Amino acid sequence: MNLYIDKKDSAAAKNVVVDDMILTKDLTTTAGSKMLEGYKSLFAAEVADKLEGAGYTVTGKANVGELAIDLAGETSYFGATELEGKLTNAASVIVKNEDVCGAVVFEVNGANMRSAALCDLILVKPTYGTVSRFGTIPGACSGDTVCVMAKTTGAAHELLDAVAGYDCKDGTMHADEKCALLKSGAEFAPVKKVAVANSLCDTADPAKVEAFKTFLAKAGVEAVEVDADILTSASAAWTALMCAELCNNVSRYDGVKYGYRTKNYKNIDELYTNSRTEAFGMLLKTAILYGSDALSTGNYEKVYDKGLRVRRVISEYFASLFAEYDAVLMPVTSKDEYTMADIEADRYISFKENRFTSPAMITGLPAVVVGGVQLVGKAFSENALLDLAEKFEKEGK
Amino acid sequence: MKYETVIGLEVHVELATESKIFCSCSAKFGAEQNDHVCPACCGMPGMLPIVNKRVVDLGMTAGMMLNCDINRTTTFDKKSYYYPDLPGSYQTTQWFAPICVNGKVKINTSKGEKFVRIKQIHMEEDAGKLVHDDWTDTSLVDYNRTSVPLIEIVSQPDLSSAEEVLAYLERLRDLLRFAKVSDCRFEQGSMRCDVNLSIRPEGSDKLGVRTEMKNMNSLSAIERAIDYEVARHIDALENHTEELVQETRRWDDVKGKSYSMRTKETAGDYRYFPDPNVMPVVIDDEWFDSIRASLPEFPEVKKAKYTEELGLSEYDADQLTQSRAYCDCFEAALAESGMAKESANWIISDCAKALNRRQETADMLKINGKALGQLIKLVSEDKVGRANAKKILDAMFEEDIDPLAYAEKNGFIVSNDTGAIEAIVKAVVEADPKSVADFKGGKEKALMALFGKCMKELKGNCNPQVLREILIDQINKA
Repeated sequence: MNLYIDKKDSAAAKNVVVDDMILTKDLTTTAGSKMLEGYKSLFAAEVADKLEGAGYTVTGKANVGELAIDLAGETSYFGATELEGKLTNAASVIVKNEDVCGAVVFEVNGANMRSAALCDLILVKPTYGTVSRFGTIPGACSGDTVCVMAKTTGAAHELLDAVAGYDCKDGTMHADEKCALLKSGAEFAPVKKVAVANSLCDTADPAKVEAFKTFLAKAGVEAVEVDADILTSASAAWTALMCAELCNNVSRYDGVKYGYRTKNYKNIDELYTNSRTEAFGMLLKTAILYGSDALSTGNYEKVYDKGLRVRRVISEYFASLFAEYDAVLMPVTSKDEYTMADIEADRYISFKENRFTSPAMITGLPAVVVGGVQLVGKAFSENALLDLAEKFEKEGK
Repeated sequence: MKYETVIGLEVHVELATESKIFCSCSAKFGAEQNDHVCPACCGMPGMLPIVNKRVVDLGMTAGMMLNCDINRTTTFDKKSYYYPDLPGSYQTTQWFAPICVNGKVKINTSKGEKFVRIKQIHMEEDAGKLVHDDWTDTSLVDYNRTSVPLIEIVSQPDLSSAEEVLAYLERLRDLLRFAKVSDCRFEQGSMRCDVNLSIRPEGSDKLGVRTEMKNMNSLSAIERAIDYEVARHIDALENHTEELVQETRRWDDVKGKSYSMRTKETAGDYRYFPDPNVMPVVIDDEWFDSIRASLPEFPEVKKAKYTEELGLSEYDADQLTQSRAYCDCFEAALAESGMAKESANWIISDCAKALNRRQETADMLKINGKALGQLIKLVSEDKVGRANAKKILDAMFEEDIDPLAYAEKNGFIVSNDTGAIEAIVKAVVEADPKSVADFKGGKEKALMALFGKCMKELKGNCNPQVLREILIDQINKA
């Protein structure tokens, strides 16, 4: 099993791994694709620099599914990764089994959130625009988020402190004083009232949500069930936006300047076509086709633009919930384990299972995965979400 | 049947910014191939675009010069297509909310005055350049031009002849140069033009089949191409020599013919969508007002002022208003010296000659106008001779100098010491008795020879009138 795409030895005290979507100078970055096999970037991601600045050593690149759009890493050209026979991302296996402070991972379509939930780890998907995307392999830029994953909320928050903060090289970032709201020690209003998203709970194994509700009751946090029907539209909308942005972002891999180049070509069109045909996997090709179609003349309004409108409606729905509630509780996965048999049964399972992660992805709202469930909060409320997660860690189990 | 021609233009203008539109690479023309490149403008994964504010400044400036409405919230979009000169396989442009809309430009032709409506102006990045090597049968890519900022000015189909097209392009060029938006050089590709052309029976309100000629880069070629296309279209309609189809054509200026490039069937779908990495640019009142305040007067307004208020001739005013640099220099020199005619002459004549020697154009005049005013004053006050003043002007082209200090340092100050002048003149006269005799014998030319020798000895630092008097006096004494 190929957990690491590239690694180095470290005698340092604070070691972390990063997803192979995050560029590093000394280690290769492949995005899980044959297209980028052996690719070495000229520059490192801002988060890699920030980690080093905070005293962490990046010791390895965790294998990821091709362009990080799959269920849990199963589409990597370098092989799927598992924990005790269950599919899960390499980063979560490394954090679970090895002596590292945690992992800095890259979320596009929920694979890391699912992996953290399956492995009972903590994952913080921070508010969009609080962690720099500079130097990350672009997947779907309007949702792509650098996240932190660790065994404990404390370790996760420390990693978040290290990577969050304004970066002038990313034009979509919030100002530094906004980014500072995420960090340990910043003032926050504790979570007192939680909405439980029924529409999503209905299609998931209820055990973990029920366990968390029991904890909330004990902790004196009010939990109210809401229909949240509109949240079931997030999956289709995010899949459309994601594939559209993805097909544009991966069009740069054309075999001309770097990356895989076919040996089999007679002209420039064959060079493009055959390089991509030979180097891209099936799920990515499907996403490229779907994304191109979503943006094509005649379909733009029906698919891509509709996706943008759904994004706005969902954002407005969350805003209306946050007028009354401090966080929304929802499942992360439909069941406790996935195997290759699930993938073989439905190759596009990740575009369906993303129904739990897409509400946070499409809106850019922060989410904390804890105890196999997630809490989605208003922008910059990571401290409050982590505070509740920490209480669960201490009292809930 | 009589036909009328309907032409709309898409004009690409490279903006005069120091750096590229989304990265800090130099945007200057003429570097070694692939010298002005970085991971961002090479389309490497992981780089994010950061909008160059100066590009928006100049986009707004262009719109204001062309009477456009400015979109106070303007956005960037991605346009996808595969071509090796496009490193990311997409171009960032403006599709949904361009910076300027609904403008108009006044042109003058032999048929009189006319307004050409501007549909929109959008900002975008340029593509790289392919260099084809026939010898090795390869194509190489130069990314220097990749991400150099452009505006595309899209006109309505309001033009009806090559003459109008040229008048419109010249007017655009004058206005954009005047506002320092671009140097608008066809020969360097900083101004390029796509011509959309169709013909229809005179008086018809239905448009004919349209063809587009891309990347035209000289005014005379555009004129020839339009004349050719009009003739081709009429021939097709009248004599059924071919069936007109909507297509893109390439103009071969050497052969004097246009060729079909691609038809609509094979044209790609550009799959535009908003670029999520570039936040909408919001132009607040302060920004808008600061650009409005920075706009220059239009050339014709300046010309009227120069002739009516300053008393310059039509010719002088025309010469000055051909270049914003001339006007700026003239106005600064005038403010310092108070002498309009003199200031104009120095620029139109002496500066123009100096630029010519340096193989530079009127737009490239960079000398300090205030210093030129000081120099003009020194000459008019007889402190510096005219020949020496020209030497000082040459020095001003090299560096920003103080004319008086420079004159003093180099011994260019006119002497008022008549005793000293007399001594030098006396020596010259004594050393050349032949010329003295010739002059006394009635040869006027001999006086000029002596005068020249004296001036040379005096290094030009003498009032010619004074020298002439002293010289004649000394000759008479000899």
